[in-house]
Amino acid sequence: MTRPPVEFRDVAAGRALQARLERAMSRATRPITLMHVCGSHEQAIARYGLRSRFPGNLQIQMGPGCPVCVTDAPEIDACVALAQCGVRVLTYGDMLRVPGSALSLDDARAAGARVELIYAATQCVEIARATTEPIVFFATGFETTAVATASVLLSDPPANLFVLSAHKWVPAAMEVVASSPDTKIEGYLAAGHAATITGYGIFESFVAKHGKPVVVAGFEPLDILSGLVLLVKQVLEGKAAVVNAFARCVSRDGNVRAQDALFRVFRHTDGDWRGIAHVARGDLRLRDEFAAHDATLRFADELATATPPALRANLAECRCGAIMTGLQSPTDCPLFGKQCRPEAPVGACMVSTEGACRIWHDHGAAAAGISR
Amino acid sequence: MPHLARPRGGGRRDLAVNGEDPTLCRSDGGLVELAHGAGGPAMRSLIESIFLAGVNDAEALAMGDGAAILLGDRWLVLTTDAHVVAPVFFPGGDIGRLAVSGVVNDLAMMGACDPLALTSSVIVEEGFPLDSLRRIQASMVATCSEAGTRIVTGDTKVMRRGELDGVVLSTSGVGLTHRVVRDSGLCVGDDILVTGTIGDHGLAVLSARNDLGLDGDLRSDVAPLNSLIRAALTAAGDALHAMKDPTRGGVISALSEMADKAGVAILLDQASLPISAPARAAAELLGIDPLAVANEGKALLGVHPSVTSATLAALRAHPLGRDAACIGRVRAGVRGTLMLDTGFGTRRLLERDGDPLPRIC
Amino acid sequence: MCLGVPGQIVEITGNTALVDFWGVRRKVALDIVDEEVTVGDHVLVHVGFAIRRITPEDLAETLAFFEAMTSADLEGLAPDARTLGTGKVEGAP
Repeated sequence: MTRPPVEFRDVAAGRALQARLERAMSRATRPITLMHVCGSHEQAIARYGLRSRFPGNLQIQMGPGCPVCVTDAPEIDACVALAQCGVRVLTYGDMLRVPGSALSLDDARAAGARVELIYAATQCVEIARATTEPIVFFATGFETTAVATASVLLSDPPANLFVLSAHKWVPAAMEVVASSPDTKIEGYLAAGHAATITGYGIFESFVAKHGKPVVVAGFEPLDILSGLVLLVKQVLEGKAAVVNAFARCVSRDGNVRAQDALFRVFRHTDGDWRGIAHVARGDLRLRDEFAAHDATLRFADELATATPPALRANLAECRCGAIMTGLQSPTDCPLFGKQCRPEAPVGACMVSTEGACRIWHDHGAAAAGISR
Repeated sequence: MPHLARPRGGGRRDLAVNGEDPTLCRSDGGLVELAHGAGGPAMRSLIESIFLAGVNDAEALAMGDGAAILLGDRWLVLTTDAHVVAPVFFPGGDIGRLAVSGVVNDLAMMGACDPLALTSSVIVEEGFPLDSLRRIQASMVATCSEAGTRIVTGDTKVMRRGELDGVVLSTSGVGLTHRVVRDSGLCVGDDILVTGTIGDHGLAVLSARNDLGLDGDLRSDVAPLNSLIRAALTAAGDALHAMKDPTRGGVISALSEMADKAGVAILLDQASLPISAPARAAAELLGIDPLAVANEGKALLGVHPSVTSATLAALRAHPLGRDAACIGRVRAGVRGTLMLDTGFGTRRLLERDGDPLPRIC
Repeated sequence: MCLGVPGQIVEITGNTALVDFWGVRRKVALDIVDEEVTVGDHVLVHVGFAIRRITPEDLAETLAFFEAMTSADLEGLAPDARTLGTGKVEGAP
């Protein structure tokens, strides 16, 4: 029987790394802001309370790496519309409570729609095989998760299984952040599991273009702390290189078999990410060869005639985009804490437990690592 | 804009007039949501705004789902509970055991460890298998026997197929005690004890739902705790200041409420939390915090540190308390704040509305 | 979306493995893992798919890496934290 990786959670080793980080930042002549782009990194940072011990002059900003945050309202609206038409919809738990322009899938379910949670991509095949009616799988998530969807579609899935792809590609969003002239981000912690698939080689051109270091890190507390130590070191030394601090899972080329599966099924398209708007090559959509399983084609009529939901009044004032890219903090948003609260969220940053606004609201500025 | 409340798959369509269900009201005031039943802030808000509206009795306000009435030199303790759980049979127990344990434990949490009698109302859906009903009843009888009590009266209703999900049990219980213990009595400096491993029931139920495909040793901890609590009360006496069982909403909800009612803060120590290996595994796989899910055979005790050793010894001597541990301490601080020292830092533990959902991210 | 959990393969049937995660067992698809795996191997799993084989050497090297990170001199990094270069930022010291 296996056991949890307690060595990767060793408190004494953690203390030593934290001391390292403290010493490094004590030599810094200015505050430094780094960004991570992964919801699971944020979960791990929150879970272990790491922010409570980050040096005061080090900000670790959560970037647009939480798929819950960046799945755009129209994408959710489309899925809600299908559910309201009586179609059986499958979704991962993460997306259930995220509101689109008006409703979330959970709202639709409370009103009688058939929305079911799954937890592994293969479950949608089992469910589709057990019935003759159409099943729509709301395929959300970044590249790691998209690989699973691709594998399902390549394994001769039942004819009644349709995929509504809202998959995204995170390096494209890093590009948006790094390209912004106002960005204060000096280094990036890259998502370890996504890099398991893609390899770390894909960050080389990013680093060459923007001159900012990238460190690929895993998700145990020692992984994150080590990754930050390596990133801070590079920033303070003015270096910009790709460093793989997750070598037990990540290689330069990644999992080529998984990449092949991914790109046989998906192609890059430009996308609109919630709050960030345009992300070139940011979305993953089904190739024409898989049209038979494309929910947007099978249900084109239902989607076309769905009543556009009344846009929630406050959306225009929402500052999630600027917050997600590290340009503003939650308190810069006129809606924060007033019209936009966890119980009544307007923007994605407040909906998701990993969203910057939500974390700031629940735990305070220090916890969010956001400078006031 | 007025809402028409339409329950999923329910409502009395046979009484429909002009296509509308006359048993439902036009309401401008919103709809009941699942979060209202999850044991967290939304539920408390519902109770306060609807069920306690206009109630001035301070005792009533303080007691929650249990009450104490002075009868001579003792207190008559009265409690009621309803149980809906899916699946009805889960690893380690069933709804019957849950119903009896729930009410026995509610009495014990108030200091009444010798329940006098229980009632049992059963509301069952047309089409529910009679064998299942027999099995549930047998389980209730067996659990009563374990707790040294019995069901003395009850009621039965059948609802039309589709109007109810399987079966609902509602149980009440009554007991006597010389001293009522509340969940509001924590004092700064108290130690927080838990009587055993955390998260078993909630994670076992989640894993039993077939669609999660987990297969392992995870079992609910559902059990009547009255004899365990009797031992703790004997060992600690008046130095046991407060008790609560962390059912829906988990340890986080229970301790948040205890801290809030007493006007204190609590700091927990992660390394001290007793969590079984299968529960840890399920929690990691599902992305769910064991501190946020229900326990049905555990209690949280706030005791003066002078009796911590004796209380732990008494708990650990009992079969249901082998894994009892001191998990934290009560401090002065912002009222109702619950913090966790992870070893890597501290974080705030917040109640969430709604049951935790499995995450993939 | 990255919740990836490491587990150990206890059984393989065709393209599916039964994986043990600290006492809890789940079925995992092997369609996209890029190496041959056998019973006893550790794999990283995400949404029901194995995405990477993790060897015992990988785990040992990770521990050595953490050890190196906490020791005095970061210049002598453990070999698995490779630094690939595209050079320095202009004007940096």
